[in-house]
Parts: sequence; structure tokens; C-alpha cells
Amino acid sequence: MTETAVKTVEPAGPSGRPVYELHGVSKTFARRNVHALDRIDLTLAEGSFTAVIGSSGCGKSTLLKIMAGLMPPSDGGVYLSGRPVMGPRRDIGMMFQQATLFPWRTAIENVVLPIEVRDGRQAAAAAHEQAYELLDLVGLKGFELVYPSELSGGMAQRVAICRMLITEPTVLLLDEPFSALDELTRDFMNMELQRICMQRNATALLVTHSIAEAVILSDLVYVMSQRPGRFVEAVEIDLPRPRSLEMMSNPQFGALVNRIRSQLDKEAFL
Amino acid sequence: MSHPEAMTGGAASPTTVWREEVSLIDRIPRSLAMILLMIGFLLVWQAAHSFELISKIILPSPWETAVDIVFVGQNLLTGGYMLSALWITTLEVAEGFLIAVLIGFLFGLLVGETAFGERAVMPYLVAINAMPKVAFAPLFVSWLGFGIASKVALAAFIAVFPVIVGTAAGLHAADENARMLFRTMGSSRWQTLVKLKLPIGMPHFFSGLKNAAVLVVVGAVVGEFLGGGKGFGELIRVAASQLNTPRVFCLIIYLSFLGLGLYWLVTFIQRRFVFWHRETVLQTEFGT
Repeated sequence: MTETAVKTVEPAGPSGRPVYELHGVSKTFARRNVHALDRIDLTLAEGSFTAVIGSSGCGKSTLLKIMAGLMPPSDGGVYLSGRPVMGPRRDIGMMFQQATLFPWRTAIENVVLPIEVRDGRQAAAAAHEQAYELLDLVGLKGFELVYPSELSGGMAQRVAICRMLITEPTVLLLDEPFSALDELTRDFMNMELQRICMQRNATALLVTHSIAEAVILSDLVYVMSQRPGRFVEAVEIDLPRPRSLEMMSNPQFGALVNRIRSQLDKEAFL
Repeated sequence: MSHPEAMTGGAASPTTVWREEVSLIDRIPRSLAMILLMIGFLLVWQAAHSFELISKIILPSPWETAVDIVFVGQNLLTGGYMLSALWITTLEVAEGFLIAVLIGFLFGLLVGETAFGERAVMPYLVAINAMPKVAFAPLFVSWLGFGIASKVALAAFIAVFPVIVGTAAGLHAADENARMLFRTMGSSRWQTLVKLKLPIGMPHFFSGLKNAAVLVVVGAVVGEFLGGGKGFGELIRVAASQLNTPRVFCLIIYLSFLGLGLYWLVTFIQRRFVFWHRETVLQTEFGT
């Protein structure tokens, strides 16, 4: 069970059509002479929730930027739904640590912003109905016309979730989405995220440095090494769904957390 | 009596209630404090006049000044020669301001949005900005004559720099996350400019405009000092050369209304456009 696999790891996600595939992706920043990623292989199965965990500066964000089409890899192939990712795409949804709502737009106007940018104002107006439904889904019914300054941090992130979902992306890329929130809100939002993902059968990749967060949310957790970033272990999380916060106190959860922690610690002192 | 009752029982007496001390001075309402300060200032002024700390020829009494304020006010209201002078200066200020805003915004775009502007144009702008711009006045006069044009040019020249700086700073105000978000949405450069950078830069742009609103009056009046004409600056210059100091004082006071008016106008527009910016709203509430 505790294989000390240091080379490539077999993707062991739940069975399902592969949606997103990375083959031998490497990234080197020639100018800064930094080798950020080293031959990453990753497959996201449809409807699965995958986490990548690693310490700061291990290349997690670089990986996510490559997957979002914001940055080309130095080597390797990146495929979403069988088509190579050559730039930002409508079928990729992304969310950051900061909600990054625009204060001159109401909640609903922020939600339809991606449609407005891609398809123009008319399409954005037509998407309002869908946006209402999404805001309802995340529990923000009645806040549609409120400006972001009147929303709490957790509410702002919910609006950001809706903005990510409005284009109906095939894959969700989450870059430490709730790490700027306080811990209580964060736990709650993680459960909300699970609910939303399950309801929509979303395929999601979460990048985080919180072990508990990765374990409670994911079907599969990849542990990433220090720079150059490689996957050193893939930990399958076979806790039943839907998960609840109470599971955090059961022994199986603790064992998984410990296993990941020991792997990370090993990395830290290499 | 049991112990808990001793702790909480009975009405709160002064010895058990801990109140925050606010000093007497801090308890004076704002308007009253301002009036008191003004009275103090006038008393000092009157004293300096009465005891001839400064020669009466060059320092009028507050009363003389007040009388002249009324006189000049009457002249302005009845459409006397001072009104036409004020109108000329107002025109210079308005035109200078519009030109400064227009040119400043365009240069701000060039410098803030293009790599060429930032690398090649910016250094020259910084160099010109470091010059004493008032010293260009004689040049403008010789180029544009003694009419209104030379004053407009100087006013615009002085006021344009804060607009450039405000616009360029505004274009850089969007943080990395916001830019990245727009890139994930496949936003074109134009869309990013219009939907992200310009709106998010509005507070910077408007603070540039406010600085410009103050400077443009300086430019117009200095232009009149140095280039003649029939504006308010000329009236001040003439009054000063006649040692009519009460007149100089009260002309300056009326002139300051011009700058204040423009400043308030900018603030008013800002409040409409940048309603979402907390500091802006608070600041304007405080100001009015």
C-alpha cells in the first residue's frame, strides 16, 4: 500500500472517460533558469475530483496555468476532450484564491462576465436566467443585484464559482480557491463545493497545500515533489460520498492524512 | 448579601462603570471647531494690523478686506468689469482643463498600455515634468500672443501631467489575478482595456483630474501675470502694483472659488462614475 513510488505513478482515478490528459509535461523557465515541472502525467476521469498537493513553490500553480492554457509547456502534450490545449478555452473553468469580483458590477453581472467577453452583451443578457439558477444553486438567491462590497468573503467566492460555471466548462481548475477564507468558512465552502460538483457531475482539479482539504474533497490525491515538480505518489481516497466534515475525525481519514504528510515531509528534506 | 449580587446588584454607580474619556476639545463639533479656528485667525490678523507688526500699507485689516469683498461681490453680481475679467479666466481654466484631460488621457493610454510608450515616451515625460513649467510662459506668449490662447496653453501644459500619471497608474491598477481571469475568458486586448483596466483605474484617473483642477487655475493666473490680457490675474497684478492689498486679498478669495468649483465638479462626476469605490464615496461625503 505505502509504495515508495518515486518515478511515474499509475493514475488510479475512478473509472470513467478520461476528460483531461497530460502526457510528460515539463516546464522550464529559461530566463530564470528554473526547472518547474518534470514529466507530469495526469488523467482526470469524468466526474472525478482530483487534488494536487505540494509545498509552496513546487510548481503547482505553473501546472494549473499550463492546464488552463495560460502558458505553453516546454515539453509534453496537454489534451482536453481529445483536443490539444493551445490557449484559454471556453470549456475550461478556473477559480483563484481571490474571488476577483469587479466592484462596479452586481453579483449577477459578475457571473455573466465570461459570456459577455466571449459572446457579447446580448448573449450575456440572455444568460441572466441561467445565472439566476446558478446563484440559487450556491445559496445566493436574493443577492443577484447586490454589489460585491456588500458580500462576505465566502459569498464572494460563491459568486466566483457561478462565474466559473456559467460557460458550462468540461473541467474545473481550482487554485487554492478558499485559502483566503477563515477556517470555519473554508470547511463549509469545501462541503458546498462537493455538493455542487456532485450535483453537476463536474470534473475538477484542485491545487492546494492543505492535506485535510485535499483528502476530504478528492477521489485521488497526487503528492508533488519539490522543484522540479513531479508526482511522487498517488493516493486513492476511498471514503464514501457524500463526504462530511465529521469524517475528518475518523481513523481512515487520519491514516490517509498521515500517509500524505509523511510523503511530503520526506520531500521537504530531500 | 451573597457574593454575585454584590458584583452586579443595584444601579451602576460612577465608581463601577468605566467610561471612555473624551477630551473637551475632541467633543467640539466639527463646524464649531472650524468657526473657532477662523475667529482665532482673524483675531491674530487684527492684532497684527492694530499693533502694526506689519505695515498697514501692505497688511489691510480684516474689516477693510471684508468691505472690499462686498464691493467686488457687487461688481461681479451687477456684471461690472470684474465679471468680464472673471469670465475670461473661467474660459481659460475650462479650456485648459478640457485640453489637459484629453491630451493627458491619450498620453496616459500610450504610456500605460503600450510597451513603446512606457519605455520610450515615459522618460521624456518624466524629464519635462521635472522642469519648472511656469518658465515656459514667455515661450507660449511669443508663440500664441497676448490673447487667451497663450494662457490656455500654459494652463493645459501645467495640468496635463497629473492626468497622464493618473491614467497610466490606473491602467496598472488591475492585479495579477484579475488579468489572469480575463485571459482565461479569452479576452482581447481591447476588451481587457475597456472592461477591466479602464474601470478599475477610474479612482486613479479621478485623483489625477483633481490635481489637474487645482493646477489649471495656477497655470491660467500665472499666464495672465506674465502675458497680460484682461483676466482676473491681470486685476490682481494691477491691484498689487497700486498697493491695494485688500483688493488683492479679496480677488484671490474669489479666484479660489473658481478652483473649488472645478474641484467639486470633478468630485461630483467621480461620485457618479466610481460609486463602487469605497474611499471615493467616503471622501466625497466628507468633502460636501
